[in-house]
Amino acid sequence: MAEKPQPSANFSSLPVILLLTLFSLPLVLMYAYLFIDTISETPVGSLIPNEFTLRHWSFLWQTKTGKPNIWLVTLNTFIFASCITAVILTVASMAGYVLSRLNVPARGFFLAGVMVLHAFPSVTLIIAIFIVLQYIGLYNSLIGVILVKAAIDLPLGIWLMKGFYDTVPWEIEMAGIVDGASRFTVWRRLVLPQIKPAVMALGLFSFLTGWSEFILPQVLAPGAQVQVLSVYLASLIIDDNNFDFGTFKAVGVFYVVPVLILYVFFQKHLMNIYGGGTKG
Amino acid sequence: MRILLDKFSKSFGSTKVIEDMNLEVASGEMLALLGPSGCGKSTTLFAVCGIHRPTSGRILFGDRDVTNLPSQERNVGVVFQSYALYPHMTVEENIGFPLMVKRAAAPDIKKQVAAIAALVHIDNLLDRRPSQLSGGQQQRVALARALIRRPDVLLLDEPLANLDAKLRLEMRSEIRRLQRETGITAILVTHDQVEAMSMCDRIAIMKSGEIVQIATPSAMYNDPRTSFVAGFLGNPPISFIKGTAFQGAFVSGDGHLKVPLAALSGISDDTPLTLGVRPEHFGTGGDIAVEGRIVFAETQGRENLYDVALPDGSVLRSIQPVRNDIKPGDQVRWMLGSDAAFIFAENGQRL
Repeated sequence: MAEKPQPSANFSSLPVILLLTLFSLPLVLMYAYLFIDTISETPVGSLIPNEFTLRHWSFLWQTKTGKPNIWLVTLNTFIFASCITAVILTVASMAGYVLSRLNVPARGFFLAGVMVLHAFPSVTLIIAIFIVLQYIGLYNSLIGVILVKAAIDLPLGIWLMKGFYDTVPWEIEMAGIVDGASRFTVWRRLVLPQIKPAVMALGLFSFLTGWSEFILPQVLAPGAQVQVLSVYLASLIIDDNNFDFGTFKAVGVFYVVPVLILYVFFQKHLMNIYGGGTKG
Repeated sequence: MRILLDKFSKSFGSTKVIEDMNLEVASGEMLALLGPSGCGKSTTLFAVCGIHRPTSGRILFGDRDVTNLPSQERNVGVVFQSYALYPHMTVEENIGFPLMVKRAAAPDIKKQVAAIAALVHIDNLLDRRPSQLSGGQQQRVALARALIRRPDVLLLDEPLANLDAKLRLEMRSEIRRLQRETGITAILVTHDQVEAMSMCDRIAIMKSGEIVQIATPSAMYNDPRTSFVAGFLGNPPISFIKGTAFQGAFVSGDGHLKVPLAALSGISDDTPLTLGVRPEHFGTGGDIAVEGRIVFAETQGRENLYDVALPDGSVLRSIQPVRNDIKPGDQVRWMLGSDAAFIFAENGQRL
C-alpha cells in the first residue's frame, strides 16, 4: 500500500531524528568498516585506509591451505538451508492444518507439546543428538544436520501455520466438501492457497535461519566436505597465531550478501509472519 | 427429490439442539425453516447436507437413506450465508470446481459453466475474482456453483442476509425463479419472515429445536397455531393484549375491552388469556369499538402505522391508508374486527 508520509502536527520530528541518528551511528560505522576493511589496508592505529587491495577477497579464487573450497562451502550452505526449508514447509503446512482443523485424538496434547518443544533450548540437546547421529552413522553428513535443524525449527513453523489456518473461514471448507471434494483436495486446492503468503514467509524465514545456523553444523558436521559458511567463517579465526581479519571480514560480507538480497526482495512477505495472518 | 427427516436428533456434547424432529419436504418443493437465532434451523440444514452427523434418527433423500453418507456422496448444493466463494479462483473456476473434483473433461466443464452462468445472468463476469464482484453477483456465483452438479437438493443458509435491501428484493425473486426453472427441492433457512413467506411453498417455523407449525405462508398467517407463530409472522407485527375469560368473552385487564369470541364457549371464567389483533384488523372497519389514545404514528408512504394505548396501558397497532387528521396525543375510537382476532391460552396455544 502506497502511503504518503504525513507531517505530524502534534510533535516536532527533529529531536527524534537527531536522537536516532546519534544512537545508530556506531552501528552504521561498524557496517561501513566491515565493507571498507575488505578492500583496503589500514595502518595500525589509524581509521583512515591508505591503500586499495583485493587481497582479502582472494579466497574466492584461491583455496587456502587447510581450508575447503569456498564454492563447495557455499553450495553446502545453500543445500543445507534449502533442504531445511523444504522439510519445514512440507511438514508444518500439513501438521498445522491437522492441528487447526481435524478432530484428531490428543489434539490438545500435541498443541501443548509443540509449544513446549518450541520453548525448549536446543543447545541442551546437542550432546545427545551428537551421540545419536554418531550411532546411526549420520555424524558429519549434511543429511544428519539437516534433519536435526529442521526438527528443532519445526515447532515454531507448525505453530505459525496453525495460526494462519485458524484464520481461514470454515465455510470455504464446508463448501468444498459439499461440492464433492475429499478432505485432502479441500486442503490442497482450497485452503492452502488462502495461506500462500504465510507459506512464503515461513519458507523465507526457514531459509534465513538455516543460512545463519552455526552451532549445529559446527558440532554435528564440521568436516571439510560438509562445511557450511558459518563454520568456515569461524575456522578463520580459530587459530590464535595466524588470523587474518581482512579475509574474515571479506568472508563475512560474502556470507551476508545473499541474506540482504533476500531481504530486499521479500521483506514484505517476511513482515507477514509477525502480522498475525492478515491477508497478504 | 423428496427429503425426509425421521426422528432426527442432534446434540453437541450435552447440549441438545434438536430432539425427535420429523419433517418431510416434497419433491420440487421449496420449504423455509423459519425461526429466531439459535432455534436449530442451521443445524438442521447442516445435517441435511452432511456436515453434521445426526445424533440419532434418519435422513432420507427419496428412498435413499443418506444418514451415514458423507457430504461428498450426497449430491447436495449449498449456498452459504457468506457465499464461501473460493477467493483465489476466478468465477469460472469457482463454478466449475464441483465438476473439476469429479474429473470431468475440461471442455465439458467449460460448456456447463457457460450454461449455468447464463441461467443466473453472470456470463459476462467469468474471468473476475470474487473480490471484484458486488454482493449480488457473488450470490449468483454461489448459486451457480451450487446448481452446476444438478444436485438432488438445494440448501440455502440465510442467502440474503448479507445483501442490501434493494438487492435482497431482486435476489428473492431470482432464487425463486431458479428453483422453479430447475424444479429442484430446496430448503431455505432464514430468520426473516418476509423472505420465508415470499419465496417458499411452505414454511416450517421453529422454536428451541422444535417445529411449531408447518403450513403454506397464507395458512400460517391466517391460522397460527400458537402466539409465537402469530407474533413471528406479519410486518408490522401483531399486538397482544393480556386479559381473562368471562362468560364466553375476552375481557382486558381493567375491563375496558370486551370481545365476545365463539372460541371461548366452554372456557371457565377468569382463565388467563391473550388476545392477538393484527394491525390491519384494527381501524375503521370492525364490530367492536375500542377507545384509546394515539401514542405513536409512523408514516410508511402508502400507509400509516399508529400505536394506540388503551386505558390499561396495553397497546394496539393499526395500519391504515394515509390520513392526516390524526396526530399523537389524539383520543380515538376505532373498531376492532373480532372475527379476525386470535385468542391464545396462557401457554401460547391458540384456542
